[in-house]
Amino acid sequence: MSLPDDYLQYPKRRHGMDHDRYQWSMLHERKPVTWPGGARIALWVVPALEFFPLDQPAKPFKAPGGMVTPYPDLRHYTLRDYGNRVGIFRVMKVLDGLGIRASVAVNAAIVERYPFLIEQVNERGWELIAGGVDMGKLHYGGLAIGEETAQVRHAVTTLRQASGQEVVGWLSPARSESENTLDLIAAEGIQYVCDWNNDDMPYALNTTHGTIYSMPHSHEIDDQTIMLNYHHSEQSFVDQVKDQFDFLYREAAEAGGRIMAITIHPWMSGQPHRIKALESALAYVAGHDGVWSATGAEILASFKEQQ
Amino acid sequence: MTDTPAMKSDPGLYDYWPYVGRPKLTWPGGARVAFWVAPNIEYYELDPPINPSRAPWPRPIPDVLTYAQRDYGNRAGHWRMMEVMDRFGVRGSVSLNVALCEHHPEIIEACVERDWEFFSHGIYNTRYCYGMDEAQERAIIEDALETVEKHTNQRIAGWLAPALTHTERTMDLLAEYGILYTCDLFCDDQPQPVKVKKGRFIGIPYSLEMNDIIVYNVQLAAPRRYADMLKANFDQLYEEGAESGTVMCIPLHAYAVGQPHRIEALAEALDYITGHDDVWITTGREIAEWYYEHHYDEAVAAIAAHNER
Repeated sequence: MSLPDDYLQYPKRRHGMDHDRYQWSMLHERKPVTWPGGARIALWVVPALEFFPLDQPAKPFKAPGGMVTPYPDLRHYTLRDYGNRVGIFRVMKVLDGLGIRASVAVNAAIVERYPFLIEQVNERGWELIAGGVDMGKLHYGGLAIGEETAQVRHAVTTLRQASGQEVVGWLSPARSESENTLDLIAAEGIQYVCDWNNDDMPYALNTTHGTIYSMPHSHEIDDQTIMLNYHHSEQSFVDQVKDQFDFLYREAAEAGGRIMAITIHPWMSGQPHRIKALESALAYVAGHDGVWSATGAEILASFKEQQ
Repeated sequence: MTDTPAMKSDPGLYDYWPYVGRPKLTWPGGARVAFWVAPNIEYYELDPPINPSRAPWPRPIPDVLTYAQRDYGNRAGHWRMMEVMDRFGVRGSVSLNVALCEHHPEIIEACVERDWEFFSHGIYNTRYCYGMDEAQERAIIEDALETVEKHTNQRIAGWLAPALTHTERTMDLLAEYGILYTCDLFCDDQPQPVKVKKGRFIGIPYSLEMNDIIVYNVQLAAPRRYADMLKANFDQLYEEGAESGTVMCIPLHAYAVGQPHRIEALAEALDYITGHDDVWITTGREIAEWYYEHHYDEAVAAIAAHNER
């Protein structure tokens, strides 16, 4: 019994990364940034408006949070749709009350099915981030490039036409990409992507259509990760947001501006027993001096000006 | 598969040796607990060759989410973890994917400056030992020895199998190459002799229970609970250490523990542990060398005596 020879060959064993998408760089060595008004923390709140289709395929896997039981899984379909009917309005009320401006990642299916939600986002002057077609149409290694090109174009175009916004941000459903996703979104004029959770600050990504940026959209400070995946309590969610903020706030005093990203799923945090936890966590962050509530595009623009 | 080897019901690496009635274990200075911290400094490849026994990633390649989560440790988490360890005077014993010496020598240099120990955790955490023949397994051991020596001037003394993947011959080969200890046996809170074909070999406790990845990603614990678990683990081993020395290990991964919402939980635990008297803050190599010099022969005799009863 032995393994093929290539199993002990390491053609990409070299300084830096084992791919060419981005440069190796340690956070603590980078040039410090200063946010507008001298803020220490850019607060980036990203609610996701998601459509989980009842006939969600496992292609090649089901996006977390999707259908579980045999068809028709009315239970999970309606639990997720709760976010679009009820939960989002509780989230909006909390954010409005605290003067926080959000960047909302939205599936094209939401734009088509619930245009009222796009109006609500626009009325607030919030940013819209293209979130793919729906939670059943994933981008993944092996997806035919023609099919993926159509998915990207559909998602971006639908959102731009319905909202009138430029739409420069992208979040893949389930944060899943193919080897071509970054090239395809760049070709559609996307300037930043929210899938890569390897940094606390923006960094440049190489694509066949020029440089775009990775923005540090959180997978850790995320209500779905903490309360659904980890089964932590609402109070623990609040503690973790506070602990995240306290550390970044201290670090920012010496290392330069940091980004506090909070990922929200209205079907999770918008439940009656959870909304006060979200409010309490956000009130803690927003109650500090030197916190700049901003959209992803605004944070990225400020970052790029200083590079 | 016609060449699948017969499987055994017992790995045959050690004889039963109950925790009670052992010869007293003493640490330098009369310490009760030998305390060591083992940061895993790892490199996961985006698109590695596939081992037939295990897929490298849960999603199709490129698994951006999982790859990037690991990469966070090197880009952002490592420095925070290292600064917390500096604050409490704890030197790391690095469980190293040795290809990291080439990919990220800046991290290696920072650890060398701090006089940290390096032991081998394979070449990459995406290359598994399952299915290797003897020559292949020798090749990765020799690669680890040469790479670490070239970049750190250290000869590696310890081994944690890459991604905890083994063959039945691993321990024999490690002993043959003069490696002193393995971290892959989780059945004790004290060092233990390991049966190998030639020479001497030991396992030293490397707690999977206190491993941040097990706590955070398997047990799904919250950060503040991790601090409580670490303190409780220490309290018990410290209490028992009054009678006979114990070992406490905290295995870490910067991609987990170096997250902003988690780093203070580690600091809280290190503050607590290092605030006690009679704690030997040490490294894997130092524990192994002390054990060979002072306890190994006595332990082997005690184990033999127990099993001859």
